[in-house]
Amino acid sequence: MRYHYYPGCSLEGTARDYDRSTRAVLAALGVELLEIPDWTCCGASAAGAAGALLARVLPARNLALAERREAKRDVLAPCSACYLNLRHAAQAMRANPREAAAIREVLSVEELRPEGRTRVRHLLDVLACDVGADRVAARVIRPLRGIRIAPYYGCQCLRPYADFDDPERPTSMEPLIRALGAEVFRWRSGGACCGASLASTQREAGLSRIAAILDDARGADAVATVCPMCQMNLVAFQGPASRRLRRDLARTVLYLPQLIGLALGLPQEALGCRGEGGLPLPTPPGRAAVRGRSPDGAADRRDGEEVRR
Amino acid sequence: MNVPPVMDSSLPPAGAELERVRRMVQACMQCGTCSGSCPNAAAMDLTPRRLWRLVLLDRGEEIFRSRTFTLCSACYRCTLRCPRGLPLTEAMHALQRAAHRGRMRRYRAVTAFHHQFLESVRRNGRVNEMAFMMHYIAAVKNPLLLLRHAALGLQLAARGSLPLGRRPSRSLEALFRRAAEVENAP
Repeated sequence: MRYHYYPGCSLEGTARDYDRSTRAVLAALGVELLEIPDWTCCGASAAGAAGALLARVLPARNLALAERREAKRDVLAPCSACYLNLRHAAQAMRANPREAAAIREVLSVEELRPEGRTRVRHLLDVLACDVGADRVAARVIRPLRGIRIAPYYGCQCLRPYADFDDPERPTSMEPLIRALGAEVFRWRSGGACCGASLASTQREAGLSRIAAILDDARGADAVATVCPMCQMNLVAFQGPASRRLRRDLARTVLYLPQLIGLALGLPQEALGCRGEGGLPLPTPPGRAAVRGRSPDGAADRRDGEEVRR
Repeated sequence: MNVPPVMDSSLPPAGAELERVRRMVQACMQCGTCSGSCPNAAAMDLTPRRLWRLVLLDRGEEIFRSRTFTLCSACYRCTLRCPRGLPLTEAMHALQRAAHRGRMRRYRAVTAFHHQFLESVRRNGRVNEMAFMMHYIAAVKNPLLLLRHAALGLQLAARGSLPLGRRPSRSLEALFRRAAEVENAP
């Protein structure tokens, strides 16, 4: 299995751990990634505010670069917002001749002439459908036994395209979680919206989204995310969210590939995890401490977890 | 705020954008599925259903007195569920665009957020989240925002989640200019 890889800006910045763990886990599962050379920003949610065409051209540029290198290979994006923008552009190239012509006209200034044949895939789609839970289960050497994981999908990998999961009742993460030896935590907020940038632009509305999700996750050992924005919102605003609901909403939130990587026994630094990723993992037989961490540090962190709960 | 170069390059006026939105929601039958599906409806002064009605009645003044379209977090639930299959999330984006183009004062903060983000893309090809947030905070001149984000910055730095050092940079000036020309061609 080989894919064009589009990391996106967040994965070079605040979501570096998502990039690291994605690369490490896919390599361990035998998936090869070809990073798109000279890729640029997909426009996020901002490009649409400046111009409808610019919002298509920015992601289309990256698809054109991928297509130029190898047309019949899918583009893999771990960030849900990047995925959706790339997916919108692919759709326009394929199904809207007028828009496609305008996109081609603009891209000609960079000497790109795409035909629009590349498919766009979210990381979760590739893990759930191409790699599959069985292949993951076969490589697990350190099962996450007794750990309850709440699958959090967010919005844009599910809607509006519904490429690989039910957008109203998503389940694609569940077989993967069970493959790790962990339990699926039942909750209602799997497909709920984290508010995206509202936490920065309209704080009250954003915080109420975040607080509701964290509150629903009470009883889970960890929340698994597949989007840098979801991860950022659920991690960075736990304090204000707790004060808002007058309740401790501190929760372990990890990217899905970080959880997979822990179960595959990959070294923590390769996953961007600190102290077992905050999980109360049982010590594996025959191993006193996990590589890359002092036994003391790991123990402290685990104690902290238990006290908090 | 300075005149935003990304937003003002001979773009069509807000009215033209509003006309586009009107065409998008023309088949709205006022069932309210959008309002019932919206996670942010409780924070909105007008529910999405009422907003679409005002668009169809061409009541621009009321539409742009509302903050409703700035509260869309692009979750696509309304788009997914609309029984008429209308592109409602896109319509919300188009209203944001109209507000940007009219340079409406009450949308200054949201406009600045998008503007600073795109400036970073235009200049460097990719976005440096730190630099972008600092420019945004400087543009809206809100000390409370500065305080909150300083705390967030420290938290991220402690977790080792802040990028250090220079990254590859590549201007997209020509692409931006051409996109504006093609979009605004008659």
